[in-house]
Amino acid sequence: MSLILPDFGLLFWTGITFCLLLFILAKFVWKPILNAVNARGQKIEEALLEAEKARQEMKALHAENERILKEARAERDVILMEAKSTSLAMIEEAKNKSKLEGVKMIEAAKKSIEQERNAAISEMKSTVANLSIEIAEKLVKETLSSDSKQKQLADQLAEELNFN
Amino acid sequence: MKGSTKEESFNVSEFIMHHIQDAHEWHLWGKDSSATSIYLPVILWDNGLKLFNAKHLYHGEAIHIEGEEPVHYTVGTGAAKGYALCHEEIYKIKKGGLQFHEGHPTNVHPMDFSITKNVLALFIGSFLLVLLMVSTSNFYRKNGAVAPKGLAKFLEPIIVMVQDDIAKANIHGGKHKRYVGFLLTVFFFILINNLLGMIPVFPGGANLTGNITVTFFLAVCTLLITVFSGNKNYWKHIFATPGVPLALLPIMIPIEIIGIFTKPFALMIRLFANMTAGHIIVLALISIIFINKSEAWGLLSVPMALFISVLELLVAFLQAYLFATLSALFIGAAVEEDHH
Repeated sequence: MSLILPDFGLLFWTGITFCLLLFILAKFVWKPILNAVNARGQKIEEALLEAEKARQEMKALHAENERILKEARAERDVILMEAKSTSLAMIEEAKNKSKLEGVKMIEAAKKSIEQERNAAISEMKSTVANLSIEIAEKLVKETLSSDSKQKQLADQLAEELNFN
Repeated sequence: MKGSTKEESFNVSEFIMHHIQDAHEWHLWGKDSSATSIYLPVILWDNGLKLFNAKHLYHGEAIHIEGEEPVHYTVGTGAAKGYALCHEEIYKIKKGGLQFHEGHPTNVHPMDFSITKNVLALFIGSFLLVLLMVSTSNFYRKNGAVAPKGLAKFLEPIIVMVQDDIAKANIHGGKHKRYVGFLLTVFFFILINNLLGMIPVFPGGANLTGNITVTFFLAVCTLLITVFSGNKNYWKHIFATPGVPLALLPIMIPIEIIGIFTKPFALMIRLFANMTAGHIIVLALISIIFINKSEAWGLLSVPMALFISVLELLVAFLQAYLFATLSALFIGAAVEEDHH
């Protein structure tokens, strides 16, 4: 059989066999296999896409959480700061108030002490005056108890007057 | 050694040609009449169907004609009466024998539809392919779109490669779907027969994909698909190539028409030549042992033959890939839409 010339018998069998093979494989093999493989490929692609989407969503969620946390922290800081300043102000105010009150109380105490002192002084004055009047009265009574004494006093007074 | 000249000298080219060509027997071992062979059925259409075992041809009456160009042939006996076998071809006997002209028989051939070695190899290869592929597709039928296991795991990447890298890459616009079945069939048909051809003994060893008839048929398939799926754009490029001056068209049109045929012709020759060459090289390297009549030469020829065999494994895949890719390329060019 010639090496480079087509042989009719072999061509005949090749034609029949190949066409049958093509028919069987195309119908019962390639179609189901490729359908399954391509469907699976699509499924995988979809799953990957979904996973990516989920990942993105998770990321967004995480970022949102982070943001909320950050905000909360900032708010807390603000509240703390406010509370601090308020308490400081309150303390300051209380201090000022107490100072003022103290000053007022001291003032009032001073005033009342002054008043007491004045009252004591005036009482003392009146007592001393009364005592002096009493002594004077006693003295006058003593001096003027006899006539000689009255005369002596009168002389003495007259003498004093003369000298003036 | 003087004695060796008396022995029939080892004819390398005959030995190689015998192996790479078709035959009506599947030779296993032994020589001539003492050979152990699988004799295949001979089917002839010669004014009616004639069916007999090739044994009657091979073990017929051997005739040697000495002369300027010595010829030898066997005349069939029994059921094969009236036919003779010369160089593996069947002739009708005229006047009790074959008539030769310049060493070639001038007798007529009957229509030979025999199940020859290559036809049997074709059946075996196709049967194996169907077996492999049907069990693969059954996996998907049973399990649906899941990760492949077993045979499917091995074949799926190849199938996907043909679909994506051969069909989809060369036939654009989603039109590959119509041709992917043909491309897959051609690819696996060539691949399995290439690989079976590398097995030295039955059921391998037939040089099917290195047979010009088979590659001719496959190339014709590609040609017919290309021509019948060619769209307006494709024919316009052949009969009125855009951008070519009108005066050049009388030259261009014949060239383009020849081009339609040279492309599949190249496909035919490439596969035929590559596979046949591979078989020839391996056989020639093994022949070194028999030419020199010393087993020691096996130390040289066996490693070399092994190397070429491994290379042929690569070539088996490569040629299947090339045939499918180039077919896809030609089909792709035929269905390409106008981009101008």
